[in-house]
Amino acid sequence: MAEILSPLPGTFYMRPAPDAPNYKQVGDSVAIDDVIGLVEVMKMFNEVRSEISGKVVRYVIANEDPVEAGQVLLIVE
Amino acid sequence: MTRTHKVLIANRGEIAVRIARAAQELGLQTVAVVSDADTSSLVAQMADEVINIGPAHPAKSYLNADAIVQAARASGATMVHPGYGFLSENAAFARRVTQAGLIFVGPAAETIECMGNKSVARETARRAGVPTVPGSTGTVSDLEVAVAVAAEVGYPVMIKASAGGGGRGIRVAKDEAELRQFMPLAQGEARAAFGDDAVYLERFIATARHIEVQVLGDGRNVIHCYERECSLQRRRQKIVEEAPSPTLSQRTREALCESAVRLAAAVNYCGAGTLEFLYDDESGEFFFIEMNTRIQVEHPVSELVTGVDLVREMLRIAMGEPLRYTQDQIILKGAAIECRLNAEDPERNFMPNPGKLSALRWPLGPGVRVDSHVYAGYTIPPFYDSLLAKLIVWDEDRACAIRRMQRALAETCIEGVHSTLALHQELLADPSVRSGHFHTGYLEQWMAQRAAAKAQALLPDQSGH
Repeated sequence: MAEILSPLPGTFYMRPAPDAPNYKQVGDSVAIDDVIGLVEVMKMFNEVRSEISGKVVRYVIANEDPVEAGQVLLIVE
Repeated sequence: MTRTHKVLIANRGEIAVRIARAAQELGLQTVAVVSDADTSSLVAQMADEVINIGPAHPAKSYLNADAIVQAARASGATMVHPGYGFLSENAAFARRVTQAGLIFVGPAAETIECMGNKSVARETARRAGVPTVPGSTGTVSDLEVAVAVAAEVGYPVMIKASAGGGGRGIRVAKDEAELRQFMPLAQGEARAAFGDDAVYLERFIATARHIEVQVLGDGRNVIHCYERECSLQRRRQKIVEEAPSPTLSQRTREALCESAVRLAAAVNYCGAGTLEFLYDDESGEFFFIEMNTRIQVEHPVSELVTGVDLVREMLRIAMGEPLRYTQDQIILKGAAIECRLNAEDPERNFMPNPGKLSALRWPLGPGVRVDSHVYAGYTIPPFYDSLLAKLIVWDEDRACAIRRMQRALAETCIEGVHSTLALHQELLADPSVRSGHFHTGYLEQWMAQRAAAKAQALLPDQSGH
């Protein structure tokens, strides 16, 4: 099991746009450099890319939740 | 006895503080509404009452009309001031506030709707005899019609997708041959991008300035408080604003301000508003683009050159008082400049930089004003915009005001987060900025040249030494 952390503080989004599907679903495979979400910092959107590969076990955070730098976003195995 | 009013401030940051100050100076009670991220904000410390309206995300708090109207009812507020951004130009919100039996500090919902629609606003301007950017009346689908329209408005012309936005779906034709070539392409692109091939033509103004006129109306009379020059922008975000504009002749200034008043009067404008114009330095022509039906970030420069407290007047007008000034009582005096200090790192492509302000010292002394919501030890949350403070100076003329701003910037100390403080010093040292020669594209060119010069300075010495 491994964790993907938020590199920045801000608001977390699971999808690129409100009407778009999530970047990743539970059970999806994740490759290194895959986008797993966005963090909005002061109206600027930053992609969060995975530094590990594996399979999504679960998101630890909900869409549009506030997030701190270093906080766990999702668990991968 | 007149009714005692209580103002709910439906905003955050520096403008919430600005509104609280104006309300307190009028002897009005204040209610601050805050998100979970703002419970220790400056306005929360200043206001008579504080109500938490929800989570940090703006959609769940500052954009949540239900929560705000409910807070107004619960607190017994009689007025709602929307500030700028968030719900300030949301006609549905204005209507809800009014229907709840409260006063919306701003124009009627119908006025917000009318001026918020670009083509309706353009048409209203045309009927009021206010120049708009020359172009086609409505959309154009036939190439020969387009050629005839372009001959009338003059080249270069912009071919714009009617359904477009944010700079997408625009092509510029420099002559008839290009128009014949680009028109079908533009229509195809518009269809592909927006599912609608309607395009219209507008004259392309290469080096325009952004100049806007401040107006105040009470629903019967409208006056102006002269213009602001806001051409120094980065990605359409204003960085430095000043009043008056360094480029306008007295005659053009009067003509510009009078046409703004004409347009605002045509909609019986009530409250503070701003009419934005493009100004073509070469031809000396100005064209109306749009109206903002709210107070603006850069309002203090107008306050300093006219002595009118715009936010206080907004509150007085909302309470039903008539305008307290006639036009001939508004005297333009001296020059004012505003520098927006943002929590961004100019050396890393303006990366936003929330965090804790470990130390803070504002400038003091003659002619200096600081509008800000931050204090030493305050943690700037990452959920909202990056504006830290507005540093504003007044002096007897523009040259003196620039020197005063340089002095004020030098006195300012911001520690703990990166900010645009040092960038403003560099910008005010630039000869074109000092002489007032710039346009809306100038700042981005200046930034690109600055970046190139820095990259050059970092290159290894290739001269053989």
